[in-house]
Amino acid sequence: MANVLVFIDNPGQALKKSSLELLTIARSLGETAVAVNGELSDDVAGTLGAYGAATVFRPSAADLDDYLVAPKAAFLATVADKSGATTVLLENSPEGKEIAARLGIRLSAGVITDVVAIDADGTAHKSVLAGSYTTTAKATTAVTVLSVKANTVDPEPATAPGTPETVTVDAPADATAAAARITSREQKVASGRPDLTDARIVVAGGRGLDGDFGPVEELADALGAAVGASRAATDAGWISHDAQVGQTGKTVSPQLYISAGISGAIQQKAGMQTAKVIVAVNKDAESPVFEIADFGIVGDLFQVLPQATEEIKKRKG
Amino acid sequence: MEETLKIVVLVKHVPDAQFDRHLSGEGHTTDRDESILSELDEYALEAALQLAEARGGAKAGNKVIALSMGPAGAVNAIKKSLQIGATEGVHLTDAALAGSDAAATSLALAAAVRHLGADSPVDLVLTGMASTDGETSLVPAQLAERLGLPQVTFASSLDVDGGRVSARRDADTHSETVEASLPAVVSVTDQINEPRYPNFKGIIAAKRKSITTLSLADIGVDSSQVGHSGSWTRVTAAEERPPRTAGTIITDEGDAGIKLVDFLAAQKLL
Repeated sequence: MANVLVFIDNPGQALKKSSLELLTIARSLGETAVAVNGELSDDVAGTLGAYGAATVFRPSAADLDDYLVAPKAAFLATVADKSGATTVLLENSPEGKEIAARLGIRLSAGVITDVVAIDADGTAHKSVLAGSYTTTAKATTAVTVLSVKANTVDPEPATAPGTPETVTVDAPADATAAAARITSREQKVASGRPDLTDARIVVAGGRGLDGDFGPVEELADALGAAVGASRAATDAGWISHDAQVGQTGKTVSPQLYISAGISGAIQQKAGMQTAKVIVAVNKDAESPVFEIADFGIVGDLFQVLPQATEEIKKRKG
Repeated sequence: MEETLKIVVLVKHVPDAQFDRHLSGEGHTTDRDESILSELDEYALEAALQLAEARGGAKAGNKVIALSMGPAGAVNAIKKSLQIGATEGVHLTDAALAGSDAAATSLALAAAVRHLGADSPVDLVLTGMASTDGETSLVPAQLAERLGLPQVTFASSLDVDGGRVSARRDADTHSETVEASLPAVVSVTDQINEPRYPNFKGIIAAKRKSITTLSLADIGVDSSQVGHSGSWTRVTAAEERPPRTAGTIITDEGDAGIKLVDFLAAQKLL
């Protein structure tokens, strides 16, 4: 059986759903080892065992978080060698992809990003050109490095949980030599809403909101959804740039995408056209978004959205 | 007076995302008709020009070199960069490069950057946050790893002073400042600046600027290290996603909000 290595960066007090998904995928491919950077609580160690991890590798150095990407890739390369992994799985965050990038060079391994499914033979499935193509790709190298998108499998613990063995690994001496140092870090205030990239439902607003995201936020909260925005709305400063969905922002594939006051030009479409169901509300019947919407409403979003929010609250009791 | 800088900006010639884009051929590579300078690279070029101008520009000896790897058409991305203000252009082109994945691309670019630093060292390699066609964001990190240089990626602001670069990075959950010594590989986001447009003077001036063409032999790379043979990944199949079709469109008659909720309930999305 193949050896699969999963990288989990700073798990905190409980593993994220996306980490559990990586562990579930890993188990389907072979024997799982996990590399953890940062603190490892007893609860997390227990969950790793429950999800079938046989070995947990930890760095001897505690300062990997003080540097950008490079030392984490160096640590992971050492673990990959030690564990004999032929597949390495990482989360598909910007940092996850960059760690994958550098790890690939260190291991002379092919890297595939944005993976949504992995076959038993290591073939990876992904979509490219803003969701207009689905492709399969395969590394031609001994080791394959894959960054896997969230929400691709349902997390499932192993049938026979175990207690993983913990191994401490020295990162290579040159790991931090040529790395950018993080000199300060500020946490942003958490919105309490789900993460935009992983959310099951996204409610997004654009130019038509004319500066007032209230109706979008209220509908999002009634649905337990994340809030997104078009580039016009983020460029106007009505909402944080983090919320931008589109070609130069985030790509989302939720079960439901509600687009309000967004014309749906190609820049926006690129970020959301793989959503399962698209609902659009726009004053202008000619908006391109209606060409791809499963349900479209030509109307005033300041009327339609609050009415929908009230109705959802009523039905949910 | 601050030190002068020699900056290499990586610019890519990509299919215009305003049109339908296609994959073709045995390697399922991107069709490059209707191609333009990648929009995201304009931010890197602008950042380079601002750093150079703050130090007296080209007259004071600052260099902003637009480097593009790609087939003949890629020269258009370089020409556009020269019109916007780059001081010189370098076109790395070789039939053997076709089909290179990120690993092979970073290998060739690393060799080209080393080549450009042979007479006088390169201080900064600037890139956009991603290409608008491949969209993997792998190349800047891989280039840094190959060159053994610090990577400062996704910079939303950038300062260079006293042989050091510092940058601000904005992630969803936090913002941070990072610092590294030069030389470094820096990628910038579309939040860092407002890229300028080429003006008439720039377009005329660009005609006198030189574009150097480099082959793989010029940079000491063997053709087996790049292209399909040098790539570590292979696209085995590609299928165009069927276009979405329009569903039900209604006009609000005072109850569209209720109808919206009815639709969600019918789709079991509540």
